Amino acid sequence: MAGLSLELIGLQLFAGLALGSVYVLLAIGLSLIFGMLTVVNFAHGAFFMLGAYVGLWLLSIGVNFWICLVAVPLIVGGFGLAVERTLIRPLYGRGIDYPLLLTFGLSYIIVELVRIVFGKSGYPVATPDALQGAVDIGVGYFPLYRLFVMGVTALILVGLWLFLERTRYGLIIRAGARDAQIVRVLGVNISRVWLMVFGLGCGIAGLGGLLAAPLQGVIPEMGGPILAEAFVVTVVGGMGSLMGAVLAGLLVGVVVSMTSLFAPEMAKVAIFALMAVVLLIRPQGFFGRAGLMS
Amino acid sequence: MTDHKMSLTRRRLLGTVGAAAAVSPFAINIVRAQESKIKIGFPVPLTGPYGAEAEDQVRAAQVAIAEFNEAGGLAGRMAELLVRDDKLNPGEAATRTLELIENDKVNFIVGSLSAAVQLAVNNVTKQRKVIFNSISQSDAINEVADFSPYTFHEALNPHMTAGAVGRYAFQKFGKKVVFLTADYAYGTEMVTGFREAGKAFNIEVMGDIRHPIGATDFSTLLPRIQAMKPDILCISNFGRDQQIALKQATDFGMKKQMKIIAPILLYTGRIAAGEAAFEGVIGGTSYYWGIENKIASAKAFNDRFRKMFAGKVPSDYGSLAYGGVKTLLMGAKNAGSTDAEKVIPAVEALKYDYYKGPQYYRKCDHQSVQSVFIIESKTAPKDNPTDVFNVIAIDEPNEANLRSCEVLGHKA
Repeated sequence: MAGLSLELIGLQLFAGLALGSVYVLLAIGLSLIFGMLTVVNFAHGAFFMLGAYVGLWLLSIGVNFWICLVAVPLIVGGFGLAVERTLIRPLYGRGIDYPLLLTFGLSYIIVELVRIVFGKSGYPVATPDALQGAVDIGVGYFPLYRLFVMGVTALILVGLWLFLERTRYGLIIRAGARDAQIVRVLGVNISRVWLMVFGLGCGIAGLGGLLAAPLQGVIPEMGGPILAEAFVVTVVGGMGSLMGAVLAGLLVGVVVSMTSLFAPEMAKVAIFALMAVVLLIRPQGFFGRAGLMS
Repeated sequence: MTDHKMSLTRRRLLGTVGAAAAVSPFAINIVRAQESKIKIGFPVPLTGPYGAEAEDQVRAAQVAIAEFNEAGGLAGRMAELLVRDDKLNPGEAATRTLELIENDKVNFIVGSLSAAVQLAVNNVTKQRKVIFNSISQSDAINEVADFSPYTFHEALNPHMTAGAVGRYAFQKFGKKVVFLTADYAYGTEMVTGFREAGKAFNIEVMGDIRHPIGATDFSTLLPRIQAMKPDILCISNFGRDQQIALKQATDFGMKKQMKIIAPILLYTGRIAAGEAAFEGVIGGTSYYWGIENKIASAKAFNDRFRKMFAGKVPSDYGSLAYGGVKTLLMGAKNAGSTDAEKVIPAVEALKYDYYKGPQYYRKCDHQSVQSVFIIESKTAPKDNPTDVFNVIAIDEPNEANLRSCEVLGHKA
């Protein structure tokens, strides 16, 4: 292991956290939706991809990247609202596998539609001018854009935390997750809460897609692999736990990054090995409540 | 009595002639339809990460077909291209190939765009004794285990390509090398080619890092490579993998610390990814349209391609399809037949210059001996967005740059 220095380990750790940020953006939406609605959203990767394509389309008609950062989550979130209202709502109370199968099918439809509209081969997306290049972060040079992605993720997390913990609406959402029946009895329109939560989760996934686009380009299939990784993150963190999604997301990023340092070919397997170990020791994940799936 | 008999015979005769007259033009048409078309099956990965390259292969193959037909075909028999999507999947490709042979009764197969997929196609054509001209890189297809008399390889192979790029880069940019490689046949064959070429220069391999095919993030591999401080980073992957790897390496500022080389720089990839990611990267190619000011056949091919496809220029892999289809058709024309046993010696006998300078198929492994162009990516001038590479060296056709027939297991 020639050249293995403290700087390298530091830089590698940082690369892992940056990678984890994208996982976190996808996983908090998944976790939020599952925690509140007990819907396992298999279309979440498709919403991620949709975010990237909506961004690509907006950029191509001359909208600047900073406006896209706001517009993309709104558009994708809006689409999420429509999906919840028309497709998912009729399935509440029918058991966990109904919405699961529905969203699974929906993901295929969305991917196929994008293929028809935008074509099968992907497009590269340029890094915004202001965010190009690498900066010295003390242990070495790191791409500015990746730092930016970490920053946006942190902002979203703080915003989400404030929203859930410090606002009246957040209180209702938390109460709804505990016991929807009681909240309903208290005169709150719980359907509307669920609608908003689904839209919010999809919007954040869309933002994740937009942020990932300059890193890896866009293709219709881009939501597939990352959805699998995001599911690992939610399982490790505990289904339905936001805190769990954040910690597990960053942890998975770091595990990939550290494995890459010593055995790059094991990096992908390491994610699933981590999940297996966590499931053996703590089946509900880090912060999961036992029995939520039953 | 006799009269009656006569009349019967005459009636019968008339009837027979009439029926024959009614049926025969139709019957002759059927026979001619079966005889007249020379069908070329063309399995390529239209869906998937190499879709853009595959589409250009189809375009260039159509140029070869059009030229052949305009020149009168094979004594009036016209050629036809039957395109199939192999989805970059060996199983899919084998099935499509089998269908082309069994159901569509194709005369030849040309195609494939993957080191692994072409071996699957070759397996089928070998068994069915149908000539297959492979138009993507592979070393294995030359070797005795996979080769058959029905196998031709118009594309370069990794040994030739990596050898040419390695010989150029190792003497120019330094001896300390790190490999970053897609972990499948294409990547591993390229690395073997570079290492072979590097022996003469005493290169020091500081790292040999493999990534899975279809990787979307290289950020966890790049810091380690930076810490190794090599002179050369050699990235052997293809299509989207190449675009993403080069983009992320650029984002990490690696071009300031080391020279990045690739066995192949793809024209389609460079156009899709834009100038920043590829800027200054050096690699090899079987064809770049810009050689047209030096090579007359390239000029003619480009002009024809531009005419057929609204001013577009052919890509590297596209041109291989042109060469692959054209050599088989010319072989058939020279042989005066589409019978494989007659076409094989005719193709072996070709000394051709169809689009990139002189070429011929080596007898023992049917590998096309040809030049390799060393190119460097640059910013395209404002008035010509297709002018994206400089040809900085040409590795002339030379059998010495191929592995010998004995090494491949052929009896010389």
